[in-house]
Amino acid sequence: MSEDQNINIKINQKEIQVDKNLTVMQACEIAGEEIPRFCYHDKLSIAGNCRMCLVEIEKAPKLVSSCTMPLMDGMSIITNSKKVEAGRKGVMEFLLINHPLDCPICDQGGECDLQDQAMYYGFDKSRFKENKRAVDNKNMGPLVNTIMTRCIHCTRCVRFATEVAGVSELGMLGRGENAEITTYLEQSITSELSGNVIDLCPVGALTSKPYQFKARPWELKRTDSIDIFDSVGSNIRIDSRAQEILRVTPRANEYINEEWITDKVRFNYDGYYQQRIDSPYIKKNNKLEPTSWADVLKTLKLKLERSNPLALIGDQVDLETGYSIKKFMLSYGKNNVECRTDDQAILSNLDSYRFNTPISEIEEADLIILIGTNTKLEAPIINHKIFKAYNNGAEVFNMGEDISLNYPTHYIGSQLEDLNSNKLTKALKQSKNPLVIVGPAYLNNIKSSDTLESLFSFAQKNKIIDDKKNNLNFLNSHASRVGQLLLGNTSKNNCQPFSSINYQEYDLVMSFSSEVISKNCFKDTYKVYFGHHGDEGAMCADIVLPTPLYTEKNGIFVNIEGRPQEAKKCHNPIGLAKEEWTILKELSNQLSLSFEIESFEDLRSKLSQEFPDLMKFQQIIEFSENSNFDKPYNFENCSISYPIENFYMSDVISKNSITMAKCVEEILPKPLLEKTA
Amino acid sequence: MSGTHPGLSNNFIHSGEKFEWSKDNAKSIKKIISKYPSERKQSAVMPLLYLAQEQNNNWISIECIETVAETLEMPKIRVTEVVSFYSMYNTQPVGKNLVQVCRTSPCWLRGSNKVTDTICKQAKCGINETSEDNLFTVVEVECLGACSNGPVVQINNDFFEDLDEESTKKIIDNIKNNIPNTIGSQKGRKSSENA
Repeated sequence: MSEDQNINIKINQKEIQVDKNLTVMQACEIAGEEIPRFCYHDKLSIAGNCRMCLVEIEKAPKLVSSCTMPLMDGMSIITNSKKVEAGRKGVMEFLLINHPLDCPICDQGGECDLQDQAMYYGFDKSRFKENKRAVDNKNMGPLVNTIMTRCIHCTRCVRFATEVAGVSELGMLGRGENAEITTYLEQSITSELSGNVIDLCPVGALTSKPYQFKARPWELKRTDSIDIFDSVGSNIRIDSRAQEILRVTPRANEYINEEWITDKVRFNYDGYYQQRIDSPYIKKNNKLEPTSWADVLKTLKLKLERSNPLALIGDQVDLETGYSIKKFMLSYGKNNVECRTDDQAILSNLDSYRFNTPISEIEEADLIILIGTNTKLEAPIINHKIFKAYNNGAEVFNMGEDISLNYPTHYIGSQLEDLNSNKLTKALKQSKNPLVIVGPAYLNNIKSSDTLESLFSFAQKNKIIDDKKNNLNFLNSHASRVGQLLLGNTSKNNCQPFSSINYQEYDLVMSFSSEVISKNCFKDTYKVYFGHHGDEGAMCADIVLPTPLYTEKNGIFVNIEGRPQEAKKCHNPIGLAKEEWTILKELSNQLSLSFEIESFEDLRSKLSQEFPDLMKFQQIIEFSENSNFDKPYNFENCSISYPIENFYMSDVISKNSITMAKCVEEILPKPLLEKTA
Repeated sequence: MSGTHPGLSNNFIHSGEKFEWSKDNAKSIKKIISKYPSERKQSAVMPLLYLAQEQNNNWISIECIETVAETLEMPKIRVTEVVSFYSMYNTQPVGKNLVQVCRTSPCWLRGSNKVTDTICKQAKCGINETSEDNLFTVVEVECLGACSNGPVVQINNDFFEDLDEESTKKIIDNIKNNIPNTIGSQKGRKSSENA
C-alpha cells in the first residue's frame, strides 16, 4: 500500500489512517469498532439491504449504511452515539416483525446472528399488532432445509450461488412483503458447494437437513481436521458429541478453501458409521469370519515369513501410515510399495505431480488451460478459484471431453496435439499469466514419460514456467497422493506403474484401504486388507484388519500444493480397530524385524528427521530443482477417461452415506443416475 | 377480496404448450436487442417479457420465461425475479379482458368503488377473479396516472375515463356483445380539458 493511498479519517473522534478504497465498515473494523450486519459478507458482493450497519457520519443528515459507504478524506464516523443505537434498534424492530419466535426449536439457536444482535438491539416486546406473514418452505434439495418464515432477505445465499458457486439457481421472487427466496421452480441446488449457504445464512432459514434437531452448538466438541475427500485439503471442523460426529463445517483458511467446503465432506459423515469393519476377519471356506487379533496376526506372520509381499496404498492414507509401511517394507528387505494405483504418470521431480501454483493465486491467471480434468468434480474448491479467475477476465480453454463446468470454456479438442491449435497459440501469445492444469483423465493414461516432459517444454516455451513462477499444475483427486509420493512410496516407473506390476512375482499383497486388490490380476495372490469400510477390497481379501478412519487418529495429509496439514483425532476407533503402525510394529516384532518405531511420537520424530519439510504444517514444501526440459514436443495420442463421474459417490465412505445417496437421486441428472445404477 | 392479483403471485405455472416467438415478435426482438451492447443482452428482458405476455394471451407461463431466458442467454431465475417483481406481468392466466380499476384516492373520491361494484356485477366475477365465460378478469390497482379524469378503468391497453355506473355498465355490455367502445372520456371531453 503506497502512502498516497491512505487518507485520514476519524472514528469515534480517534484519528486513523486507512486505505482510501475501503468502505466505512471496513475502516471501522480496522479501528476495532464492531458493526452489526446481516447482509454484508466479505466474500460476497455488497448488497446493502439489511440496514443493520447504520453509522453516523458528521455532516450527513441521516444515518448511513456503513457497508455501502465509500470513505472520504477527513470523514468523521461515529458508531457509538444514541442516534446510531436508536437507528439500529429501529432496523432490528422491523426485522423482528415477521421473524418467528421459534428459537427454542430452531437449529440456528445458539449460533444465530439475529439472536445475538437482538440481545443488543432488540426490544422485549413487539409493537406490531397487524397480521404476521408466513412463507411456505421451499425445496432446495436433500442437503439444505428451509424454514422460510425465518428469512430476513439478506440475499447472501442468492449472491453465494451466483458469485461463488457459479450456479444462478437461487433468487428472490416478488417484492416488499411478498419477497421470497427460492430456487428456480424449487429444484434442488446443483452446486457441489451448496452446503455453504447454511453457514452463510445469518438466521435459521437455511439449515442442514441431516443435522436437523440433532444437537445444540454448546454441546458439541470441536476437532480441527482436514477434508480428505479430494486433494485440496480444505480445512474442516468436526463437531461431535461422545463417540459420534454430528456435523462438519469449514474452518477459514485464506490460502486454501477460504470459507467454503464441498458438500461431500460436509454431508457424508453418516457414512463414517456404516459398513465399518469392527474386528479382524479371516477367510475360511471362502467366507470371511471374525477372529481375534492374536489369531489373525499369527496367520499373517506365518504367511509373511515365506513370501514376497507387495504393499498398495489407498487414496486416503495419512503420512504416518505411509511412513510406517515404508519402514516395514524396508526392514523386510523389500521396497515394493505402490501408491499410484490409478496409474498416474509422474517424473522424478516434485513439480511433476503437484499443483505448483499456490491455490490462492489461481485467480490471478488470465488464461487457464484445463487438460483432461473436470475440476468441478475432482476439486470443487479449485473449480471455484478458476471461476474467480474467469470473473476477473481470464479465458478458460478445455481439452479432453467437452464437459460443462460452471463457466463457459473454449473447447480445443481431445488430444494433447491440439495444444498447438491456432486459437490457443494466439491466446497464449497475448497472455501475461497463463496457467495449465493437467488432470487425471490424461495423466492416468499416459504411456511414455516423453509426453510429460513435452508438457514441461510446452510450458517453458509459452511462459507458463519461467524463473519466477511455475504454473504447470498437476491435479488428482486423492488426499494421500502427494504425501505418499514425497515419502517415495512408489515404483521407479514413470508411467503406468500399477499396470506394469509383474503380478506373478508377488504371492502376497497388503492393501491399505485400496480397493484395487479386487481386480482380476490379484486373483491368485494372498490378499491382506487394512481398512475401515467393508468395500470391495475387504470382500475379496483373505485377511481383513480393521483400522481407524481419519477422524479416529491423528494424521498428516499433504495437500495437492504440497502443504502438510494435520487432521486431529475426534473420537476413539470403532470396534477393535488399531492404527496401521501398531499393527505393523506387532508384525515386525513377531517376525523379529527391526521396525525401529516405538510410539506415535517416535514415529513423528523419525518422520521429521527423515522428511523435515513434511512436519512444517501449513507451509508449502519448497524445492530448489525445477524440472527443466527444453526440447521439441512429442505428444502421444492416448485414451482419456475421467475418474469421477458421480461426485457424490467417489469413495467408499461416500458410497456408504445415506445423505450422498439422496443427493445422487435428487440432484444428479437422470441419465447419469441410470448409468451409475 | 378473493384470490390474489394475477400479477403479484409468486406461483408460476406451466401452460403445457411450447412457447415460440411469433414471426413478428422474432423480428422486433432483434431490433430491441440491438439497442444494447452485445454483452449486456439481458437488459432487454423487460421488453421481451412484454412481447411474450402479449403473445401468450396476456400472461406469462414458465414456458415463456424459459424462452426469454434462452433468447437472452441468462439464468431462468433472473427472468423469474423480474416477472415476479412487476405486477403488470401476469403470472396467472387472465380473461380476454383484464379490467384494472383504479382505487387510489382521486378516483375513489369520484366514486371508483361504485364503478368496481358495477363491473363485478356485470362481468359476473369478483375482484381478482375471472368470469366463467373467460371474458373478464377484474383487478383493483393503484394510481393509473389519469387522476383528473377519474374514475378510471384500464381494459387491456385502453383507458376509460370519467366513468359512472351507467357508462361502466355500457362498456362491459358492449364488450360482451362485441360492440366497439369509445376509448377515453365517457363524457366526451378531450384529454383532461376542463369539464
